[in-house]
Amino acid sequence: MIEVKVSKKIKTYKGISNLTVEHSFPQFSITKVFGPSGAGKTTFLKIIAGLLKPETGVLTVNGQTWLNTAEKINWSPQERRVGFVFQDYALFPNMTVLQHLKYATADPALIQRLLHLGQMDSFADHRPAHLSGGQQQRLAILRALALKPKLLLLDEAFSALDDELRETLIADLKSILKEFGTTTIIVSHHAKETENFVERSLKIELE
Amino acid sequence: MEWTPIWLSLKLAAITTFILLIIGIPIAYWLSRRSSWVKVIFEAILTMPLVLPPSVLGFYLLLTFSPNGPIGKWLLEYFNLSLVFSFEGLVVASVVYSFPFMISPVKSALAHLPASLAEASYTMGKSKLETFYRVLLPNIKSSLLTATVLTFAHTLGEFGVVLMIGGKLEGVTKVASIAIYDAVDNNQYGQAHQYSLVLFAITFVIVVLVFVFNRNSSGGPLE
Repeated sequence: MIEVKVSKKIKTYKGISNLTVEHSFPQFSITKVFGPSGAGKTTFLKIIAGLLKPETGVLTVNGQTWLNTAEKINWSPQERRVGFVFQDYALFPNMTVLQHLKYATADPALIQRLLHLGQMDSFADHRPAHLSGGQQQRLAILRALALKPKLLLLDEAFSALDDELRETLIADLKSILKEFGTTTIIVSHHAKETENFVERSLKIELE
Repeated sequence: MEWTPIWLSLKLAAITTFILLIIGIPIAYWLSRRSSWVKVIFEAILTMPLVLPPSVLGFYLLLTFSPNGPIGKWLLEYFNLSLVFSFEGLVVASVVYSFPFMISPVKSALAHLPASLAEASYTMGKSKLETFYRVLLPNIKSSLLTATVLTFAHTLGEFGVVLMIGGKLEGVTKVASIAIYDAVDNNQYGQAHQYSLVLFAITFVIVVLVFVFNRNSSGGPLE
């Protein structure tokens, strides 16, 4: 179970607004987070990952307190080690596909498995600049999975994939997430994109 | 032709560049993070050598390091170090003079890297230091090279600062640019030609190498 109760002021075109989220995510579940543009969906993911600090809040993951502003507990992103797929993929231009995965894990068998899962076997020695948009997005997902994370945060992670590829990937992804015991939160704008993937959803709005 | 001034110039440029790589990169990183008033002022001071007439900078450094001044006196008393009319003094002056040439390209390149690169690395459990060496630095390689070369070439061409603080002591502070001036002053145009040609050739080769190395980067070769 992942329990979140956070509040953070964010700047919008209307001025300062308040992002407040209070929600429990069951363990091993896949939840879609949706809401209008600029509502703070990415901010919410970054708060969970420890990349942003809310003004007030509590975050417990499977019984461990990662954040408690009242008690001044705030785990670093390094300690939280969530899998995070960034909207801009955040791939390292200096590293090949294989080097990306090696940066995340020292397990060669897992690397081979992930390359296969993402249909990236033949691109292992390509750098991001020589990959298509869809391949880059897959690499970002594989890199996050390489951590075998307890918590996977996906920010618009299927947007560059064609329907056929997405459906294959979603099926494989679901089984590997189950195997790793990962709880997943995905931000998405399009209902169709996350069809057959998500089991539940959470709407985020600004106050 | 007496080669000592050329060697002195190359030695000075190499040492200055090395020192600036060591201290400049961390400072550039610090400056590339969120800005504050302290950083703005600090950066303005570091950038001053870019716009200040070299003789002004040299004059102030001369006053600062003079054994009659408090800092110069302290250095002499406690470290037996005199920074006026010595090679060590030239190194210190060159580091100050060339600072912006190292800092500016590196800082700007680091600031232009998407924040998500470092963030992705942090979520993968990597420390700030490891992220810096394995993700950030490798991705600003061309700017790093440009900064190194500009610093080296700029130090090689130094004149005003060097003359003010070092004078033209044979084999100690008489670097190539001063040797050229000195030769012309003494009507030895042949010698001035030789030094000038060597400096021209060295800098030309360096610039060509940078252009070759950076030919595939999206910006101009000196960005």
